[in-house]
Amino acid sequence: MKMEQFYYDNKIVKKFIYATLLWGIVGFSIGLLLALMFLFPNITDGISWLSFGRLRPLHTNAVIFAFVGNAIYTGVYYSLQRLLKTRMASDFLSNFNFWGWQAIIVAAAITLPLGYTTSKEYAELEWPIDIAIALVWVAFGVNMIWTILKRRQRHLYVAVWFYLGTFVTVAVLHIFNSLELPVSFLKSYSVYAGVQDALVQWWYGHNAVAFFLTTPFLGLMYYFVPKAANRPVYSYKLSIVHFWSLIFIYIWAGPHHLLYSSLPDWAQNLGVAFSIMLIAPSWGGMINGLLTLRGAWDKVRTDPVLKFMVVAITGYGMATFEGPMLSLKNVNAIAHFSDWIIAHVHVGALAWNGFLTFGMLYWLIPKIFKTKLFSTGLANFHFWIGTLGIVMYALPMYVAGFVQASMWKQFNPDGTLTYETFMSTVNEIMPMYWMRAIGGSLFIVGAIVMLYNVIKTVRNGAKVTDELAEAPSLLKVSKYRQKGEGYHTWLERKPVKLTIFATIAILIGGIVQIIPTLLIDSNIPTITSVKPYTPLELEGRDLYIREGCVGCHSQMIRPFRSEVARYGEYSKAGEFVYDHPFLWGSKRTGPDLLRVGGKYPDSWHFNHMYDPQSTSTGSIMPRYQWLIKDKHDLSDTESKMRAMISLGVPYTELDIENARESMDEQSIKIANNILDIPDISNYFEEEKNYLGTDFIPLKEREIIALIAYLQRLGTDIKVVDAKD
Amino acid sequence: MSVIYLLLAISIAVALIFFVAFILSVKNGQYDDSYTPSVRILFDDEIVEEEDY
Repeated sequence: MKMEQFYYDNKIVKKFIYATLLWGIVGFSIGLLLALMFLFPNITDGISWLSFGRLRPLHTNAVIFAFVGNAIYTGVYYSLQRLLKTRMASDFLSNFNFWGWQAIIVAAAITLPLGYTTSKEYAELEWPIDIAIALVWVAFGVNMIWTILKRRQRHLYVAVWFYLGTFVTVAVLHIFNSLELPVSFLKSYSVYAGVQDALVQWWYGHNAVAFFLTTPFLGLMYYFVPKAANRPVYSYKLSIVHFWSLIFIYIWAGPHHLLYSSLPDWAQNLGVAFSIMLIAPSWGGMINGLLTLRGAWDKVRTDPVLKFMVVAITGYGMATFEGPMLSLKNVNAIAHFSDWIIAHVHVGALAWNGFLTFGMLYWLIPKIFKTKLFSTGLANFHFWIGTLGIVMYALPMYVAGFVQASMWKQFNPDGTLTYETFMSTVNEIMPMYWMRAIGGSLFIVGAIVMLYNVIKTVRNGAKVTDELAEAPSLLKVSKYRQKGEGYHTWLERKPVKLTIFATIAILIGGIVQIIPTLLIDSNIPTITSVKPYTPLELEGRDLYIREGCVGCHSQMIRPFRSEVARYGEYSKAGEFVYDHPFLWGSKRTGPDLLRVGGKYPDSWHFNHMYDPQSTSTGSIMPRYQWLIKDKHDLSDTESKMRAMISLGVPYTELDIENARESMDEQSIKIANNILDIPDISNYFEEEKNYLGTDFIPLKEREIIALIAYLQRLGTDIKVVDAKD
Repeated sequence: MSVIYLLLAISIAVALIFFVAFILSVKNGQYDDSYTPSVRILFDDEIVEEEDY
């Protein structure tokens, strides 16, 4: 066994550190802007690309994939090399990973505000970007596996297992949830419809939390907490049990996002059962992390790195206790659609992901810049103001969620709803929205102080260079088959190769057999009165998707008396068979819209979009005046309908031929209904006189298609009064 | 609801991959020693140049 010298790549770690800090501050700031929009709904009035619906996905994507994503890469690229005692296998792939990921983030930051979105949560990016994500992710995985093959340490430390699990599972999830049929360069439809789409989306959505926000961070915890405390992990055995049990259970928990929805009960219950089980591995891991600090608690008092880590692990414990509780149907009945969920995810994101990242960076930056942290005092300040920020964020949101959900369910003795207008339940929780914005601000102040501290530290530090290290080479077992060794015996000592072969085999088989059956099966409508959208409604639905209406309005009435009384007949699975993608939503900042069709006249919707506060006093919905001003681009209607046909929606060639005529007819009708209001028709007359030939008739504007869609919603099976 | 069979198939496939990886890693002796690895990571391999005092 001879000693070998080699260099660790620290430059790639440095790049990812900078990206983490930059995108962190960007992501938090967009979050704060959104929080302020609850208080001042028209703060970005008239700027379509700064409207709430379009910025919400930007916030979630920036925090999850830009901030946490770059933090994962930072930690993985630093720890993987050291755990395996070798340099990353390919500098090219490392840099491809870095620049590719940043390019994807920039693409997201441009396309999401412009309204290019699939509307599926945490998977909003359109198909060309989805492909780029898959490529960059695979490059990351190949680089990692290649490095594992080149390792000088035969044993794979538990953190490496967490990284591997992350890579494999995220790749599979991303690919299957992003299967979509392109219509144009930045527009596509999900291949799944309605209930099916919902199930795939939340199978993905939940596992994005599990395998992007949790497993990689557990890997980081198992490396950086022992390093920072200079203590071995409390129980290595427990960490192994933790890893294997966690990954086997996590993937089944997705349906708990769809409790009381139109998803079949057995699937819901399957999700609940696995979610409850999850508490065991999650808390096993949390306890293992905290007990790693046994005998080092005196250090926690003084070292900000450990302080951050302790709160991070505690936050993980809280979020993973709450998760199984929220999966219980009776708890979920209260919490779902409310701000409770917002509190839950922010305990996870701010404490677990945020604070573990901060702790890791405060430890890592002095190390790779070969200097001391500029100011421990400022780091301590960051810790305290950040912790206070998390508390001030989460607690009011718990209260808001519980209060509002209780108000939704309150009945008078005579059987009518106590809080009949949705607005009255919103007014009640406005103080909570104020406190949330303050809590979020404190958290950002902390992050900015950190940025200053890091800049100062970097200035004092040395230039980051590749770091020389030394480790004994591995005793070689020939990679070729030995004499008398069977092919499979040989394959068995090549775990990576075997894993790859197995994955490819299973995935190809799965895709070939299942997708076609799936697409054909899902086309069979179960409710005969449910018909495809008219061309204009289809276009209106795309506007609903573009503006991110789904971020605040659900289209899923749960079978509760309180919801049926408030919104109408509860949702049926068969109603959504033509919904590519589904638009059930996950949060009710405003009321459910599934049965809004026919509830108000067309002119009400027109006035409401022009100025929501004029039709609903105290509304916190922003104005959507550009929908009223802008001409509707209908050039893709035919290709959209053709795409829908490929996905099994029963449009005929005749429907497509007559699309223009049908749109014209429907839009004239809606426009005339609106122009019946003298004030509105006078306004347009004036505009016409002023603009002359540049005037766009009302029937050609975007608002008309959106109203067509809204008026269609839920009407296919609307229960008709006996009198009619 | 046919998509659930796809998801079940994928989930089981992923679980199988991990299961195979688990069996192999145990067979390869990855977990024979459940203490040393936790201590080993605490040592750095970087060559630190001795400073003159």
